[in-house]
Amino acid sequence: MDNFFIPAFLLNLCLLGYVAGAVAGLLFLRFEKSANIFSFGLAALASLCGVIACVMALATGATATNHTFELLPSLIPYLQFTVRMDSLGAFFGLIVSLLGFALSIYSFSYARRFYGRKNVGALGAFFNLLLLATTLVFLAGNAFFFLIVWEIMALTSFCLISFEHEKEETRSAGMLFFIMSHIGTGCLILGFLLLFQASGNYSFDGFHLLGNSMSPAKRDAAFLLFLAGFGVKAGIVPLHIWLPAAHSVAPSNVSSIMSGVVIKAGIYGMTRVFFDFLGVPPEWWGVTLLAIGTISAVLGVLYALMEHDLKHLLAYHSIENIGIILMGLGASLMFLHSGHQLLASLALIAGLYHTINHAVFKGLLFLGAGAVLHATYTRNMEEMGGLAKRMRWTAFFFLIGAVAISALPPLNGFVSEWLTYQSLLQGFGTTTSLVRIMFPISGAMLALTGALAAMCFVKAFGITFLAQPRSDHARNAHEAAFTMLLGQGILTATCVFLGLFPNVFLKLFDPLTQQFTGQQLSAQLNAANGLVLSSTAAQGGTVSMLGLALLGLSLLVAPLVLWLLFATRAKIRRGPTWDCGLRGLTPQMEYTATGFSKPIRMIFKALFRPHRKVQREYDFSPYFATTVRFESHVEEVFQTRIYRPLNRLVLHTSRRLRALQAGSIQAYLIYIFITLLALLIFTL
Amino acid sequence: MNLDPLKILLQMILLLLLAPLVSSCIRNWKAKLQNRRGAPVWQMYSDLVKFFRKDMVISEHASWIFPFAPYVVFIGALAAGLLVPMVTAQAPLSLFGDVLALVGLLALGRFFLALGGLDPGSAFGGMGSSREMTIAAVAEPAMMLAIFTVAITAGSTDLSHIIQAAQSPNWKLLNPTHVMAFAALFIVLLAETGRIPVDNPATHLELTMIHEAMLLEYSGRYLALMEWGSSIKQLVLMTVLVNVFFPVGIATTGTAAALGIGALAYAGKLILLAAAVVVVETTNAKLRLFRVPDLLSTAFVLGAVALLSTFLFQ
Repeated sequence: MDNFFIPAFLLNLCLLGYVAGAVAGLLFLRFEKSANIFSFGLAALASLCGVIACVMALATGATATNHTFELLPSLIPYLQFTVRMDSLGAFFGLIVSLLGFALSIYSFSYARRFYGRKNVGALGAFFNLLLLATTLVFLAGNAFFFLIVWEIMALTSFCLISFEHEKEETRSAGMLFFIMSHIGTGCLILGFLLLFQASGNYSFDGFHLLGNSMSPAKRDAAFLLFLAGFGVKAGIVPLHIWLPAAHSVAPSNVSSIMSGVVIKAGIYGMTRVFFDFLGVPPEWWGVTLLAIGTISAVLGVLYALMEHDLKHLLAYHSIENIGIILMGLGASLMFLHSGHQLLASLALIAGLYHTINHAVFKGLLFLGAGAVLHATYTRNMEEMGGLAKRMRWTAFFFLIGAVAISALPPLNGFVSEWLTYQSLLQGFGTTTSLVRIMFPISGAMLALTGALAAMCFVKAFGITFLAQPRSDHARNAHEAAFTMLLGQGILTATCVFLGLFPNVFLKLFDPLTQQFTGQQLSAQLNAANGLVLSSTAAQGGTVSMLGLALLGLSLLVAPLVLWLLFATRAKIRRGPTWDCGLRGLTPQMEYTATGFSKPIRMIFKALFRPHRKVQREYDFSPYFATTVRFESHVEEVFQTRIYRPLNRLVLHTSRRLRALQAGSIQAYLIYIFITLLALLIFTL
Repeated sequence: MNLDPLKILLQMILLLLLAPLVSSCIRNWKAKLQNRRGAPVWQMYSDLVKFFRKDMVISEHASWIFPFAPYVVFIGALAAGLLVPMVTAQAPLSLFGDVLALVGLLALGRFFLALGGLDPGSAFGGMGSSREMTIAAVAEPAMMLAIFTVAITAGSTDLSHIIQAAQSPNWKLLNPTHVMAFAALFIVLLAETGRIPVDNPATHLELTMIHEAMLLEYSGRYLALMEWGSSIKQLVLMTVLVNVFFPVGIATTGTAAALGIGALAYAGKLILLAAAVVVVETTNAKLRLFRVPDLLSTAFVLGAVALLSTFLFQ
């Protein structure tokens, strides 16, 4: 019995659990309470097994040798249902299982809002299927099998996005997702065909470092195809347009898993293909990836700032964070090109650490948004406010998520961005070509992204949870049910753990970097008995989140002493906020989310092209208007400048081509004949 | 590298005591330069003590964020200060964080400061928060570029190591790279500490205030912590500026003579920088809010040129 036996057993249990959960959901289609308990209960158990299996496999190093087994007997040539748990698969498996666990617990109470309105059994079944398919995407060991589960993942996502399909908004978002997703899959199929051409089979083992023996042109073509295919799923700019719409119309537990895990399938794919299959990369691959990452990060956060729909805002932040992850991966590819294996490992770790961090805090924030939505019946932040008093725990959890995603110490977002900064800075010295200027510029853009993200989350938290409620719904809001809070609590604790104890977690990356770059970094990232994170460079920077947190707590002594010295007799009185002598402050006078982001809208107006329309009705002077109508919106440049013209072009050419499809059989026979002739001539 | 509790305590006390003095000095010298008599240089100490003694009025609309924010602002700035070498070349807690952590800690304080401004539901607070976060967002890339320039030349993000590298003979003080990075950081300093071309620290004029707008609802000891926190933040940024770019006289050994010279040199450098701030504040008018990004993009370009010039001057 080798040390892979237990992980493999648990993994099987996990997969079986998801299947059982899906079946239970379908069996209890008409009994919503049982459907809820069984499908989400089984999902929770299954994902817990998944977490343990993946952590064990990574911690014991069992993933160093590829363990494979056949899930089902295969009846089709080239198709094998190989489940292969290597370190990369196990790492992403950990992400999906971890988030799946918290989400399943959250869903117990959350699904109750659909009782009597929607089919909870179907929700549970698709939820389980999505978790199953996503887990298998990360563990598939055969390209054919990979594409099948990839497609199941896309289709179940589509079903879950369209869950509330009675709304027009939901239907169009679902359709856009469907189309974009399939364009992506098309690219993937072509890419895998190129790899198949070179290797002769579809096994991932056979693809290992295949790129080194491919011709450069084909290798570059494969790179671009995979970049586009996985890029659509990850939501890189400019292929992101489906993402904000799709993630915000889905039920919140689904948005959470879509944003936390499903888009990470794109990251998984890129890591798998670029690091495992395509061999030593040329320089421009890394440069492209770094540039795309930087652009996605900055544009993602800028568009997020313009949103006052809470879930839209969070969805745009996913684009931003995917950008940050790609900055790590791109830098890593550049280092692999120049042969700096150590730095390549550091950058890869930075990217992947940010992947799990983003899954955790974005999952958490979407769950918080779900709780808020549940309580206020709206996604519009302008109608919220004052929720910190009414939903104390949700507010606290959301605040932790907001601090983490804004990359502020001492939480996990800061740790992974710190690693990214370190790899970018050390990258400057790895080459003498002018490309190296990209590293600090990307770093500066990362700083811009971080600061804008902080601004965005001051807005998101401040407008949603602070000040006076702006609507009756917000005024009557109530705290979420216990399991909803428990789900958020688990993710909050994970955020804190990943922030304060990165050195413990970084050990899990050892088998992974060993596999792709031949380096193990956890020892070099350690300083001072594992309490301090070091940048691996001699005399480089060090940082300790635990140290800073403890320092912060002990510095509380200073205000305490001052209080004892001077303020023991000072009293606290509650009073109204200063209202400039008017008669009381109303929620209408509060700052709005739109107002909050106005300076950024003005500074970047070349990008946003804001439109503004004000109509006043007045009796004698425009300064004493009786009614004012104000309208303001920003132009979504990618839709209006790229996709709409493209759409028109496609429709136009289709109309022209329709002449060919006149519907007469004779004409079609002639086409077939001509094609045949052409092919014969071609082969001659 | 060991953690010396005595050094930590001493630097903490130095930060706590020196920060209000620097703020008051700038205010006093500004008044002198403008032919006013000005408040005495110990004015801020009396202000802080008075604030601590006062009763507090807290808005009934505010939540738990409101009392929580002053502590984060104060402690964030104080913790950031412990990562910076002041009199000695080795900061007491540089093991716990590098210059990126320093920027992060200041950003954490700003995050809660802005939330504190939004919490009571007054439009002034919201306006201040919005503007503060905007200016910070535009200033951050410029600041990072300037920091990267020195970090790359020194091969480390640890401030103590940067300063040790800056003391070596092949680090030229008036290297154009460093001059431009210094200029960029100086502009960022003006923006981050709410100095005149960006914000006017002496005014409560409704439509121009940024920092003061967020503090409008604070009173008593919370106000004291906020004011103290921002003056510590100012001292920290000034210290980074003078010690990284002009590490002259900084104490590398623990002897009394070295420490004395270090303290004198540090005081001299701070006086010069504060004088520069005073001159800039007196000779410039406050910019319109939407002109501020132009100023900060100048800083960004300076930082970028500084980085590019490392190709030339190495």
